[in-house]
Amino acid sequence: MSSKRHRRDVIVETRSLSMHFGGVRAVDQVDFTLFDKELRCLIGPNGAGKSTFFKCLTGQLHPTAGNVLIQRQDTTGAEPHEIAGLGVGIKTQVPNVFDGLSVDENIWLSARRWHKPKRARALTAETIERLRLGDIRRETVGRLAHGQRQWVELGMVVAADPWLVLLDEPAAGMTHEETARTAELIREINTEAALIVVEHDMQFIRMISSQVTLFHEGRILMEDTMEAISNDKRAREVYLGHRA
Amino acid sequence: MNGRDTLRKMRPVFVFALIGVIFMFTAPYVLQLFTIINLTTAIALAVLALSLALVWGFGGILCFGQVAFFGLGAYAYTIAAINFGGSTWAILVAIMVASAFAALLGYFVFFGRVSDVYLGVITLTVTLIFFSLIRRTSGPEYTIGKALMGGFNGITSPPLNLPWDAGSFLFPEHVFYVAMAALILCYVFCGWLVTTHFGRVCVGIRENELRAELLGYDSRLYKLGIFTISAGIAAIGGVLFCNGVGRITPDVFNLYNAALTIIWVIVGGRGTLIGPIVATFGLFYLTSALGGQSLFNNNLVLGIILIFFVLLVPKGLAPTVTDWFTRRRKPRRAAGRRRRAARRTGATEA
Repeated sequence: MSSKRHRRDVIVETRSLSMHFGGVRAVDQVDFTLFDKELRCLIGPNGAGKSTFFKCLTGQLHPTAGNVLIQRQDTTGAEPHEIAGLGVGIKTQVPNVFDGLSVDENIWLSARRWHKPKRARALTAETIERLRLGDIRRETVGRLAHGQRQWVELGMVVAADPWLVLLDEPAAGMTHEETARTAELIREINTEAALIVVEHDMQFIRMISSQVTLFHEGRILMEDTMEAISNDKRAREVYLGHRA
Repeated sequence: MNGRDTLRKMRPVFVFALIGVIFMFTAPYVLQLFTIINLTTAIALAVLALSLALVWGFGGILCFGQVAFFGLGAYAYTIAAINFGGSTWAILVAIMVASAFAALLGYFVFFGRVSDVYLGVITLTVTLIFFSLIRRTSGPEYTIGKALMGGFNGITSPPLNLPWDAGSFLFPEHVFYVAMAALILCYVFCGWLVTTHFGRVCVGIRENELRAELLGYDSRLYKLGIFTISAGIAAIGGVLFCNGVGRITPDVFNLYNAALTIIWVIVGGRGTLIGPIVATFGLFYLTSALGGQSLFNNNLVLGIILIFFVLLVPKGLAPTVTDWFTRRRKPRRAAGRRRRAARRTGATEA
Protein backbone atom coordinates (compact mmCIF):
# COMPACT_ATOMS: atom_id res chain seq x y z
CA MET A 1 0.00 0.00 0.00
CA SER A 2 2.70 2.45 1.02
CA SER A 3 4.68 2.06 -2.20
CA LYS A 4 1.87 3.68 -4.14
CA ARG A 5 1.88 6.83 -2.04
CA HIS A 6 4.14 9.79 -2.62
CA ARG A 7 5.22 12.54 -0.32
CA ARG A 8 2.87 15.16 -1.68
CA ASP A 9 -0.19 12.91 -1.82
CA VAL A 10 -3.13 14.17 0.18
CA ILE A 11 -3.99 11.39 2.64
CA VAL A 12 -6.49 13.13 4.90
CA GLU A 13 -8.98 15.67 3.68
CA THR A 14 -12.08 17.17 5.22
CA ARG A 15 -14.59 19.15 3.15
CA SER A 16 -16.65 21.70 5.07
CA LEU A 17 -16.78 19.34 8.03
CA SER A 18 -19.27 20.42 10.70
CA MET A 19 -20.25 18.97 14.04
CA HIS A 20 -23.09 20.59 15.92
CA PHE A 21 -24.28 19.74 19.42
CA GLY A 22 -27.71 21.29 19.61
CA GLY A 23 -27.05 24.94 18.91
CA VAL A 24 -23.32 24.74 19.55
CA ARG A 25 -21.14 24.60 16.46
CA ALA A 26 -18.16 22.72 17.88
CA VAL A 27 -16.67 22.27 14.41
CA ASP A 28 -17.85 24.66 11.73
CA GLN A 29 -17.16 24.04 8.02
CA VAL A 30 -13.56 22.98 8.35
CA ASP A 31 -11.50 22.31 5.22
CA PHE A 32 -8.34 20.52 6.18
CA THR A 33 -5.67 18.63 4.27
CA LEU A 34 -2.78 16.49 5.38
CA PHE A 35 -0.02 15.24 3.09
CA ASP A 36 1.72 11.91 3.32
CA LYS A 37 4.52 11.66 5.91
CA GLU A 38 3.49 15.02 7.30
CA LEU A 39 3.54 15.82 11.02
CA ARG A 40 0.81 18.25 11.98
CA CYS A 41 -0.19 19.65 15.34
CA LEU A 42 -3.68 20.90 16.10
CA ILE A 43 -3.73 23.60 18.74
CA GLY A 44 -6.28 26.04 20.08
CA PRO A 45 -7.84 27.22 23.33
CA ASN A 46 -10.27 25.01 25.24
CA GLY A 47 -13.47 24.57 23.31
CA ALA A 48 -11.86 25.50 19.99
CA GLY A 49 -13.13 22.25 18.52
CA LYS A 50 -9.88 20.43 17.97
CA SER A 51 -10.83 17.36 20.01
CA THR A 52 -14.26 17.23 18.37
CA PHE A 53 -12.57 17.50 14.99
CA PHE A 54 -10.25 14.68 16.02
CA LYS A 55 -13.18 12.49 17.06
CA CYS A 56 -14.83 13.08 13.68
CA LEU A 57 -11.67 11.79 12.00
CA THR A 58 -11.52 8.66 14.19
CA GLY A 59 -15.18 7.74 13.88
CA GLN A 60 -15.94 8.31 17.56
CA LEU A 61 -18.33 11.06 16.47
CA HIS A 62 -20.36 11.15 13.29
CA PRO A 63 -20.25 14.64 11.79
CA THR A 64 -23.40 16.68 11.25
CA ALA A 65 -22.36 17.78 7.76
CA GLY A 66 -19.42 17.65 5.38
CA ASN A 67 -17.06 14.84 4.47
CA VAL A 68 -13.95 13.13 5.73
CA LEU A 69 -11.70 11.44 3.19
CA ILE A 70 -8.83 9.20 4.19
CA GLN A 71 -6.72 8.22 1.18
CA ARG A 72 -9.51 9.43 -1.10
CA GLN A 73 -11.97 7.05 0.55
CA ASP A 74 -15.03 8.67 2.06
CA THR A 75 -15.00 7.68 5.73
CA THR A 76 -17.71 10.08 6.90
CA GLY A 77 -19.76 8.30 9.53
CA ALA A 78 -17.56 5.18 9.54
CA GLU A 79 -17.16 3.21 12.78
CA PRO A 80 -13.82 3.41 14.67
CA HIS A 81 -12.91 -0.17 13.78
CA GLU A 82 -13.40 0.60 10.09
CA ILE A 83 -11.09 3.63 10.32
CA ALA A 84 -8.53 1.52 12.16
CA GLY A 85 -8.98 -1.07 9.40
CA LEU A 86 -7.52 1.38 6.89
CA GLY A 87 -4.24 1.28 8.77
CA VAL A 88 -4.81 4.26 11.04
CA GLY A 89 -3.42 4.18 14.58
CA ILE A 90 -5.39 6.17 17.14
CA LYS A 91 -4.59 7.33 20.67
CA THR A 92 -7.34 9.04 22.62
CA GLN A 93 -7.12 11.89 25.09
CA VAL A 94 -7.95 9.85 28.21
CA PRO A 95 -5.70 6.79 28.06
CA ASN A 96 -7.78 3.96 26.62
CA VAL A 97 -5.95 0.79 27.55
CA PHE A 98 -6.94 -2.68 28.69
CA ASP A 99 -6.50 -2.00 32.42
CA GLY A 100 -6.97 -5.54 33.67
CA LEU A 101 -4.46 -7.08 31.26
CA SER A 102 -0.66 -7.19 31.17
CA VAL A 103 1.42 -4.80 29.08
CA ASP A 104 2.36 -7.75 26.87
CA GLU A 105 -1.26 -8.69 26.24
CA ASN A 106 -2.18 -5.07 25.46
CA ILE A 107 0.47 -4.76 22.79
CA TRP A 108 -0.16 -8.27 21.44
CA LEU A 109 -3.86 -7.60 20.93
CA SER A 110 -2.89 -4.70 18.71
CA ALA A 111 -0.18 -6.52 16.77
CA ARG A 112 -2.30 -9.63 16.28
CA ARG A 113 -5.16 -7.68 14.69
CA TRP A 114 -3.35 -7.29 11.39
CA HIS A 115 -0.61 -9.90 11.52
CA LYS A 116 -0.22 -13.68 11.67
CA PRO A 117 0.62 -15.18 15.10
CA LYS A 118 4.36 -15.45 14.51
CA ARG A 119 4.77 -11.92 13.13
CA ALA A 120 2.48 -10.60 15.91
CA ARG A 121 4.74 -12.08 18.59
CA ALA A 122 7.81 -10.57 16.94
CA LEU A 123 6.11 -7.17 16.61
CA THR A 124 5.07 -7.29 20.26
CA ALA A 125 8.62 -7.96 21.40
CA GLU A 126 9.95 -5.27 19.05
CA THR A 127 7.46 -2.68 20.26
CA ILE A 128 8.14 -3.42 23.93
CA GLU A 129 11.82 -2.89 23.35
CA ARG A 130 11.27 0.25 21.29
CA LEU A 131 9.15 1.85 24.01
CA ARG A 132 11.41 0.56 26.78
CA LEU A 133 8.57 -1.27 28.49
CA GLY A 134 10.65 -4.42 29.08
CA ASP A 135 10.81 -4.07 32.88
CA ILE A 136 7.07 -3.80 33.25
CA ARG A 137 5.87 -6.10 30.48
CA ARG A 138 4.21 -8.56 32.86
CA GLU A 139 2.60 -5.90 35.05
CA THR A 140 -1.11 -5.21 34.96
CA VAL A 141 -1.60 -1.95 33.07
CA GLY A 142 -4.14 -0.62 35.57
CA ARG A 143 -1.46 -0.55 38.27
CA LEU A 144 1.01 1.51 36.24
CA ALA A 145 1.70 5.22 36.57
CA HIS A 146 -0.11 7.61 34.25
CA GLY A 147 2.88 8.25 31.98
CA GLN A 148 3.55 4.54 31.59
CA ARG A 149 -0.06 3.88 30.65
CA GLN A 150 0.21 6.59 28.01
CA TRP A 151 3.20 4.76 26.58
CA VAL A 152 1.41 1.44 26.62
CA GLU A 153 -1.26 3.10 24.53
CA LEU A 154 1.37 4.56 22.21
CA GLY A 155 2.86 1.07 22.03
CA MET A 156 -0.49 -0.29 20.88
CA VAL A 157 -0.61 2.36 18.18
CA VAL A 158 2.92 1.60 17.01
CA ALA A 159 2.54 -2.20 17.16
CA ALA A 160 -0.14 -2.15 14.48
CA ASP A 161 2.42 -0.64 12.10
CA PRO A 162 0.10 2.17 10.88
CA TRP A 163 0.78 4.61 8.02
CA LEU A 164 -1.32 7.34 9.63
CA VAL A 165 -1.26 8.08 13.35
CA LEU A 166 -3.77 10.26 15.20
CA LEU A 167 -2.77 11.29 18.73
CA ASP A 168 -4.94 13.28 21.13
CA GLU A 169 -2.76 14.97 23.78
CA PRO A 170 -0.04 12.32 23.96
CA ALA A 171 1.99 14.27 26.50
CA ALA A 172 -0.85 15.14 28.89
CA GLY A 173 0.11 14.57 32.50
CA MET A 174 3.67 13.53 31.71
CA THR A 175 6.80 14.65 33.52
CA HIS A 176 9.34 16.73 31.62
CA GLU A 177 11.56 13.74 30.83
CA GLU A 178 8.62 11.63 29.73
CA THR A 179 7.46 14.45 27.47
CA ALA A 180 10.89 14.66 25.85
CA ARG A 181 10.92 10.92 25.30
CA THR A 182 7.44 11.07 23.77
CA ALA A 183 8.53 13.85 21.41
CA GLU A 184 11.47 11.72 20.34
CA LEU A 185 9.15 8.80 19.74
CA ILE A 186 6.79 10.90 17.65
CA ARG A 187 9.63 12.02 15.41
CA GLU A 188 10.62 8.37 15.10
CA ILE A 189 7.09 7.35 14.09
CA ASN A 190 7.08 10.22 11.60
CA THR A 191 9.87 8.64 9.56
CA GLU A 192 7.36 6.02 8.43
CA ALA A 193 3.93 7.52 9.03
CA ALA A 194 2.01 10.75 8.87
CA LEU A 195 0.76 12.14 12.16
CA ILE A 196 -1.92 14.45 13.46
CA VAL A 197 -1.27 15.48 17.05
CA VAL A 198 -3.72 17.44 19.16
CA GLU A 199 -1.72 19.19 21.85
CA HIS A 200 -1.89 21.90 24.50
CA ASP A 201 1.73 21.96 25.51
CA MET A 202 3.62 24.63 23.52
CA GLN A 203 6.95 23.36 24.75
CA PHE A 204 6.11 19.94 23.39
CA ILE A 205 5.10 21.31 19.98
CA ARG A 206 8.37 23.19 19.73
CA MET A 207 10.15 19.92 20.55
CA ILE A 208 8.56 18.08 17.66
CA SER A 209 8.78 21.21 15.47
CA SER A 210 5.91 20.63 13.13
CA GLN A 211 3.47 22.50 10.99
CA VAL A 212 0.66 23.79 13.20
CA THR A 213 -3.05 24.28 12.59
CA LEU A 214 -4.67 26.75 14.98
CA PHE A 215 -8.34 26.20 15.79
CA HIS A 216 -10.58 28.93 17.11
CA GLU A 217 -14.32 28.73 17.70
CA GLY A 218 -14.71 25.65 15.56
CA ARG A 219 -12.82 27.02 12.58
CA ILE A 220 -9.23 26.99 11.38
CA LEU A 221 -7.75 30.38 12.17
CA MET A 222 -4.37 29.83 10.59
CA GLU A 223 -1.93 27.20 9.48
CA ASP A 224 1.82 27.79 9.77
CA THR A 225 4.98 26.96 11.69
CA MET A 226 5.01 27.39 15.47
CA GLU A 227 7.34 30.41 15.15
CA ALA A 228 5.06 32.20 12.76
CA ILE A 229 2.05 31.52 14.93
CA SER A 230 3.81 32.71 18.08
CA ASN A 231 4.59 35.96 16.29
CA ASP A 232 1.15 36.44 14.84
CA LYS A 233 -0.96 39.05 16.59
CA ARG A 234 -4.32 37.42 16.02
CA ALA A 235 -3.06 34.03 17.19
CA ARG A 236 -1.66 35.55 20.36
CA GLU A 237 -4.95 37.23 21.08
CA VAL A 238 -7.04 34.07 20.86
CA TYR A 239 -4.65 31.67 22.43
CA LEU A 240 -1.12 32.49 23.34
CA GLY A 241 -2.22 35.73 24.91
CA HIS A 242 -3.65 33.77 27.81
CA ARG A 243 -0.25 32.49 28.72
CA ALA A 244 2.21 35.16 27.62
CA MET B 1 0.33 -17.92 20.55
CA ASN B 2 1.78 -21.30 19.67
CA GLY B 3 0.62 -24.73 20.78
CA ARG B 4 3.02 -25.04 23.68
CA ASP B 5 1.93 -21.70 25.13
CA THR B 6 -1.70 -22.77 24.88
CA LEU B 7 -0.98 -26.00 26.71
CA ARG B 8 0.94 -24.17 29.42
CA LYS B 9 -1.90 -21.70 29.94
CA MET B 10 -4.42 -24.51 29.99
CA ARG B 11 -2.60 -26.56 32.60
CA PRO B 12 -4.98 -25.64 35.46
CA VAL B 13 -7.91 -26.47 33.18
CA PHE B 14 -6.53 -29.95 32.56
CA VAL B 15 -5.88 -30.46 36.27
CA PHE B 16 -9.50 -29.66 37.14
CA ALA B 17 -10.73 -31.74 34.20
CA LEU B 18 -8.71 -34.70 35.51
CA ILE B 19 -10.22 -34.30 38.97
CA GLY B 20 -13.60 -34.29 37.23
CA VAL B 21 -12.80 -37.51 35.35
CA ILE B 22 -11.70 -39.25 38.54
CA PHE B 23 -14.88 -38.10 40.26
CA MET B 24 -16.92 -39.28 37.31
CA PHE B 25 -15.61 -42.84 37.51
CA THR B 26 -15.54 -43.21 41.29
CA ALA B 27 -18.80 -41.52 42.31
CA PRO B 28 -21.18 -44.26 41.07
CA TYR B 29 -19.30 -46.84 43.15
CA VAL B 30 -19.20 -44.77 46.30
CA LEU B 31 -22.49 -42.89 46.29
CA GLN B 32 -26.06 -44.11 46.37
CA LEU B 33 -28.24 -44.03 43.28
CA PHE B 34 -30.45 -41.32 44.76
CA THR B 35 -27.42 -39.08 45.27
CA ILE B 36 -26.22 -39.81 41.73
CA ILE B 37 -29.57 -38.77 40.26
CA ASN B 38 -29.46 -35.62 42.35
CA LEU B 39 -25.91 -34.97 41.22
CA THR B 40 -26.99 -35.11 37.57
CA THR B 41 -29.26 -32.13 38.21
CA ALA B 42 -26.43 -30.29 39.95
CA ILE B 43 -24.13 -31.01 37.00
CA ALA B 44 -26.73 -29.60 34.60
CA LEU B 45 -26.89 -26.42 36.67
CA ALA B 46 -23.09 -26.29 36.75
CA VAL B 47 -23.06 -26.27 32.94
CA LEU B 48 -25.48 -23.34 33.10
CA ALA B 49 -23.19 -21.55 35.57
CA LEU B 50 -20.23 -22.25 33.27
CA SER B 51 -22.02 -20.64 30.33
CA LEU B 52 -22.68 -17.49 32.35
CA ALA B 53 -19.10 -17.55 33.65
CA LEU B 54 -17.97 -17.43 30.02
CA VAL B 55 -20.25 -14.67 28.75
CA TRP B 56 -20.16 -12.51 31.88
CA GLY B 57 -16.74 -13.27 33.32
CA PHE B 58 -14.84 -13.21 30.03
CA GLY B 59 -17.16 -11.42 27.61
CA GLY B 60 -18.18 -8.80 30.15
CA ILE B 61 -21.80 -9.19 29.13
CA LEU B 62 -24.11 -9.35 32.13
CA CYS B 63 -26.79 -11.63 30.79
CA PHE B 64 -29.49 -11.74 33.44
CA GLY B 65 -31.45 -14.27 31.45
CA GLN B 66 -29.01 -17.09 30.91
CA VAL B 67 -31.79 -19.45 32.10
CA ALA B 68 -33.76 -18.45 29.00
CA PHE B 69 -31.30 -20.35 26.80
CA PHE B 70 -31.10 -23.14 29.38
CA GLY B 71 -34.90 -23.51 29.43
CA LEU B 72 -35.18 -23.06 25.70
CA GLY B 73 -32.66 -25.88 25.24
CA ALA B 74 -34.59 -28.11 27.62
CA TYR B 75 -37.91 -27.40 25.90
CA ALA B 76 -36.45 -27.78 22.42
CA TYR B 77 -34.87 -31.09 23.40
CA THR B 78 -38.06 -32.44 24.95
CA ILE B 79 -40.32 -31.40 22.07
CA ALA B 80 -37.85 -32.63 19.45
CA ALA B 81 -37.25 -35.94 21.22
CA ILE B 82 -41.00 -36.59 21.47
CA ASN B 83 -41.46 -35.80 17.78
CA PHE B 84 -38.39 -37.62 16.48
CA GLY B 85 -38.85 -40.56 18.83
CA GLY B 86 -35.20 -40.42 19.86
CA SER B 87 -32.74 -38.10 21.56
CA THR B 88 -29.80 -38.05 19.12
CA TRP B 89 -30.97 -35.24 16.87
CA ALA B 90 -32.97 -33.64 19.66
CA ILE B 91 -29.76 -32.67 21.46
CA LEU B 92 -28.52 -30.96 18.32
CA VAL B 93 -31.86 -29.23 17.84
CA ALA B 94 -31.72 -27.96 21.44
CA ILE B 95 -28.29 -26.40 20.94
CA MET B 96 -29.28 -24.94 17.57
CA VAL B 97 -32.53 -23.41 18.80
CA ALA B 98 -30.93 -21.75 21.81
CA SER B 99 -27.93 -20.47 19.81
CA ALA B 100 -30.09 -19.21 16.98
CA PHE B 101 -32.37 -17.38 19.39
CA ALA B 102 -29.34 -15.88 21.15
CA ALA B 103 -27.88 -14.83 17.81
CA LEU B 104 -31.12 -13.09 16.84
CA LEU B 105 -31.56 -11.36 20.20
CA GLY B 106 -27.86 -10.52 20.32
CA TYR B 107 -27.95 -9.03 16.85
CA PHE B 108 -30.52 -6.42 17.87
CA VAL B 109 -28.92 -5.78 21.23
CA PHE B 110 -25.27 -5.50 20.18
CA PHE B 111 -25.71 -3.92 16.77
CA GLY B 112 -28.27 -1.56 18.28
CA ARG B 113 -25.54 -0.56 20.77
CA VAL B 114 -27.75 -1.20 23.78
CA SER B 115 -25.83 -0.31 26.94
CA ASP B 116 -24.77 -2.89 29.52
CA VAL B 117 -27.48 -2.18 32.06
CA TYR B 118 -30.26 -2.39 29.50
CA LEU B 119 -28.83 -5.64 28.22
CA GLY B 120 -29.40 -7.13 31.67
CA VAL B 121 -32.91 -5.76 31.72
CA ILE B 122 -33.73 -7.01 28.22
CA THR B 123 -32.41 -10.53 28.79
CA LEU B 124 -34.30 -10.79 32.08
CA THR B 125 -37.49 -9.51 30.45
CA VAL B 126 -37.18 -12.03 27.63
CA THR B 127 -36.83 -14.79 30.23
CA LEU B 128 -39.94 -13.66 32.08
CA ILE B 129 -41.86 -13.44 28.80
CA PHE B 130 -41.04 -17.09 28.18
CA PHE B 131 -42.22 -17.87 31.70
CA SER B 132 -45.63 -16.21 31.23
CA LEU B 133 -46.04 -17.44 27.69
CA ILE B 134 -45.37 -21.12 28.34
CA ARG B 135 -47.40 -21.10 31.57
CA ARG B 136 -50.46 -20.22 29.50
CA THR B 137 -50.11 -23.18 27.17
CA SER B 138 -52.26 -25.56 29.23
CA GLY B 139 -54.95 -27.19 27.17
CA PRO B 140 -55.11 -29.77 24.40
CA GLU B 141 -54.89 -27.12 21.65
CA TYR B 142 -51.29 -26.20 22.52
CA THR B 143 -49.18 -28.82 20.82
CA ILE B 144 -45.99 -28.75 18.78
CA GLY B 145 -46.14 -31.83 16.57
CA LYS B 146 -46.85 -34.72 18.90
CA ALA B 147 -45.75 -32.86 22.02
CA LEU B 148 -48.38 -31.40 24.33
CA MET B 149 -47.04 -28.19 25.93
CA GLY B 150 -48.82 -28.81 29.23
CA GLY B 151 -48.81 -25.23 30.61
CA PHE B 152 -47.40 -24.91 34.12
CA ASN B 153 -47.29 -28.71 34.52
CA GLY B 154 -44.68 -28.88 31.80
CA ILE B 155 -43.77 -31.87 29.66
CA THR B 156 -42.28 -35.21 30.60
CA SER B 157 -38.87 -35.39 28.93
CA PRO B 158 -37.95 -38.58 27.08
CA PRO B 159 -34.71 -39.96 28.52
CA LEU B 160 -31.50 -39.96 26.53
CA ASN B 161 -30.83 -43.02 24.39
CA LEU B 162 -27.76 -44.45 22.73
CA PRO B 163 -26.89 -42.56 19.52
CA TRP B 164 -29.19 -43.61 16.67
CA ASP B 165 -30.77 -46.36 18.73
CA ALA B 166 -34.00 -44.93 20.12
CA GLY B 167 -34.88 -48.25 21.80
CA SER B 168 -32.01 -48.39 24.26
CA PHE B 169 -32.63 -45.77 26.93
CA LEU B 170 -29.89 -44.79 29.31
CA PHE B 171 -30.35 -45.59 33.00
CA PRO B 172 -29.92 -42.79 35.55
CA GLU B 173 -26.35 -43.82 36.37
CA HIS B 174 -25.49 -43.69 32.69
CA VAL B 175 -27.08 -40.28 32.37
CA PHE B 176 -24.75 -39.26 35.19
CA TYR B 177 -21.75 -40.32 33.10
CA VAL B 178 -23.06 -38.41 30.10
CA ALA B 179 -23.71 -35.31 32.21
CA MET B 180 -20.30 -35.39 33.85
CA ALA B 181 -18.57 -35.95 30.52
CA ALA B 182 -20.53 -33.07 28.99
CA LEU B 183 -19.57 -30.77 31.86
CA ILE B 184 -15.89 -31.69 31.54
CA LEU B 185 -15.93 -31.23 27.76
CA CYS B 186 -17.73 -27.89 28.00
CA TYR B 187 -15.26 -26.78 30.67
CA VAL B 188 -12.21 -27.74 28.61
CA PHE B 189 -13.80 -26.11 25.55
CA CYS B 190 -14.37 -22.83 27.43
CA GLY B 191 -10.88 -23.04 28.93
CA TRP B 192 -9.47 -23.41 25.43
CA LEU B 193 -11.70 -20.71 23.94
CA VAL B 194 -10.40 -18.03 26.30
CA THR B 195 -6.81 -18.72 25.23
CA THR B 196 -7.59 -18.27 21.53
CA HIS B 197 -7.30 -14.99 19.67
CA PHE B 198 -11.10 -14.73 19.73
CA GLY B 199 -11.24 -15.28 23.49
CA ARG B 200 -8.47 -12.80 24.21
CA VAL B 201 -10.16 -10.15 22.10
CA CYS B 202 -13.40 -10.75 24.04
CA VAL B 203 -11.50 -10.15 27.28
CA GLY B 204 -10.02 -7.01 25.72
CA ILE B 205 -13.50 -5.76 24.86
CA ARG B 206 -14.58 -6.46 28.43
CA GLU B 207 -11.69 -4.32 29.64
CA ASN B 208 -12.14 -1.45 27.18
CA GLU B 209 -14.53 -1.62 24.28
CA LEU B 210 -13.44 1.65 22.68
CA ARG B 211 -9.80 0.62 22.67
CA ALA B 212 -10.66 -2.69 21.04
CA GLU B 213 -12.52 -0.80 18.32
CA LEU B 214 -9.67 1.66 17.85
CA LEU B 215 -7.41 -1.33 17.29
CA GLY B 216 -9.74 -2.41 14.51
CA TYR B 217 -11.82 -5.11 16.20
CA ASP B 218 -15.55 -4.97 15.53
CA SER B 219 -16.68 -5.42 19.13
CA ARG B 220 -20.28 -6.07 18.12
CA LEU B 221 -19.30 -9.23 16.23
CA TYR B 222 -17.16 -10.57 19.05
CA LYS B 223 -19.89 -9.94 21.63
CA LEU B 224 -22.44 -11.62 19.40
CA GLY B 225 -20.08 -14.56 18.99
CA ILE B 226 -19.44 -15.20 22.67
CA PHE B 227 -23.11 -14.58 23.50
CA THR B 228 -24.21 -17.20 20.97
CA ILE B 229 -21.62 -19.76 22.07
CA SER B 230 -22.56 -19.36 25.72
CA ALA B 231 -26.24 -19.83 24.83
CA GLY B 232 -25.36 -23.10 23.13
CA ILE B 233 -23.55 -24.28 26.26
CA ALA B 234 -26.50 -23.24 28.43
CA ALA B 235 -28.71 -25.36 26.16
CA ILE B 236 -26.52 -28.40 26.79
CA GLY B 237 -27.12 -27.77 30.49
CA GLY B 238 -30.85 -27.59 29.76
CA VAL B 239 -30.80 -30.97 28.00
CA LEU B 240 -29.03 -32.55 31.00
CA PHE B 241 -31.39 -30.82 33.41
CA CYS B 242 -34.60 -32.17 31.94
CA ASN B 243 -32.99 -35.60 31.83
CA GLY B 244 -31.98 -35.40 35.47
CA VAL B 245 -35.37 -34.17 36.66
CA GLY B 246 -37.39 -36.15 34.13
CA ARG B 247 -39.57 -33.23 33.07
CA ILE B 248 -39.40 -29.59 32.13
CA THR B 249 -41.74 -26.92 33.47
CA PRO B 250 -41.99 -23.17 32.82
CA ASP B 251 -40.54 -22.61 36.30
CA VAL B 252 -37.01 -22.77 34.81
CA PHE B 253 -37.75 -19.33 33.39
CA ASN B 254 -38.76 -17.71 36.67
CA LEU B 255 -37.05 -14.83 38.41
CA TYR B 256 -35.68 -17.03 41.20
CA ASN B 257 -33.69 -19.21 38.80
CA ALA B 258 -32.51 -16.23 36.75
CA ALA B 259 -31.12 -14.61 39.91
CA LEU B 260 -29.68 -17.86 41.23
CA THR B 261 -27.45 -18.22 38.16
CA ILE B 262 -26.00 -14.77 38.80
CA ILE B 263 -25.39 -15.71 42.45
CA TRP B 264 -23.40 -18.82 41.47
CA VAL B 265 -21.07 -16.72 39.33
CA ILE B 266 -20.71 -13.99 41.95
CA VAL B 267 -19.90 -16.54 44.68
CA GLY B 268 -17.61 -18.57 42.43
CA GLY B 269 -15.82 -15.54 41.05
CA ARG B 270 -16.08 -13.61 37.81
CA GLY B 271 -13.25 -14.15 35.37
CA THR B 272 -12.82 -17.80 36.29
CA LEU B 273 -14.52 -20.89 34.91
CA ILE B 274 -13.98 -23.37 37.71
CA GLY B 275 -15.21 -21.02 40.46
CA PRO B 276 -18.85 -20.84 39.34
CA ILE B 277 -18.91 -24.61 38.75
CA VAL B 278 -17.71 -25.30 42.29
CA ALA B 279 -20.05 -22.65 43.70
CA THR B 280 -23.02 -24.29 41.94
CA PHE B 281 -22.28 -27.67 43.49
CA GLY B 282 -21.72 -26.09 46.89
CA LEU B 283 -24.89 -24.02 46.89
CA PHE B 284 -26.92 -26.86 45.38
CA TYR B 285 -25.98 -29.14 48.26
CA LEU B 286 -26.45 -26.41 50.80
CA THR B 287 -30.00 -25.80 49.56
CA SER B 288 -30.71 -29.55 49.56
CA ALA B 289 -29.41 -29.82 53.12
CA LEU B 290 -31.42 -26.80 54.22
CA GLY B 291 -34.51 -28.31 52.59
CA GLY B 292 -34.28 -31.15 55.11
CA GLN B 293 -34.77 -28.89 58.11
CA SER B 294 -37.28 -26.24 59.02
CA LEU B 295 -35.35 -24.07 61.46
CA PHE B 296 -34.05 -21.58 58.89
CA ASN B 297 -35.71 -20.32 55.77
CA ASN B 298 -33.85 -21.50 52.70
CA ASN B 299 -33.89 -18.18 50.86
CA LEU B 300 -32.82 -16.29 53.96
CA VAL B 301 -29.63 -18.34 54.14
CA LEU B 302 -28.97 -17.89 50.41
CA GLY B 303 -29.48 -14.15 50.81
CA ILE B 304 -27.05 -14.00 53.71
CA ILE B 305 -24.45 -15.92 51.70
CA LEU B 306 -24.84 -13.54 48.77
CA ILE B 307 -24.49 -10.46 51.00
CA PHE B 308 -21.48 -12.05 52.70
CA PHE B 309 -19.75 -12.59 49.37
CA VAL B 310 -20.62 -9.22 47.87
CA LEU B 311 -19.35 -7.38 50.95
CA LEU B 312 -16.46 -9.52 52.16
CA VAL B 313 -15.32 -11.67 49.22
CA PRO B 314 -16.22 -9.39 46.30
CA LYS B 315 -13.91 -11.17 43.88
CA GLY B 316 -15.56 -14.52 44.59
CA LEU B 317 -14.24 -17.87 45.70
CA ALA B 318 -11.76 -18.91 43.02
CA PRO B 319 -9.87 -15.60 42.57
CA THR B 320 -9.61 -15.14 46.35
CA VAL B 321 -8.13 -18.62 46.79
CA THR B 322 -5.71 -18.04 43.89
CA ASP B 323 -4.62 -14.69 45.36
CA TRP B 324 -4.06 -16.32 48.72
CA PHE B 325 -1.84 -18.99 47.21
CA THR B 326 0.23 -16.60 45.11
CA ARG B 327 0.72 -14.34 48.13
CA ARG B 328 1.99 -17.29 50.12
CA ARG B 329 4.23 -18.52 47.32
CA LYS B 330 5.74 -15.20 46.34
CA PRO B 331 7.84 -14.52 49.47
CA ARG B 332 9.21 -18.04 49.26
CA ARG B 333 10.20 -17.56 45.63
CA ALA B 334 11.83 -14.24 46.40
CA ALA B 335 13.70 -15.85 49.30
CA GLY B 336 14.88 -18.59 46.94
CA ARG B 337 16.13 -15.97 44.50
CA ARG B 338 18.00 -14.18 47.24
CA ARG B 339 19.55 -17.43 48.38
CA ARG B 340 20.66 -18.32 44.86
CA ALA B 341 22.06 -14.84 44.35
CA ALA B 342 23.92 -15.06 47.63
CA ARG B 343 25.38 -18.37 46.60
CA ARG B 344 26.53 -16.91 43.29
CA THR B 345 28.24 -13.91 44.86
CA GLY B 346 29.70 -16.20 47.52
CA ALA B 347 31.19 -18.35 44.78
CA THR B 348 32.81 -15.41 43.03
CA GLU B 349 34.27 -14.18 46.30
CA ALA B 350 35.68 -17.60 47.02
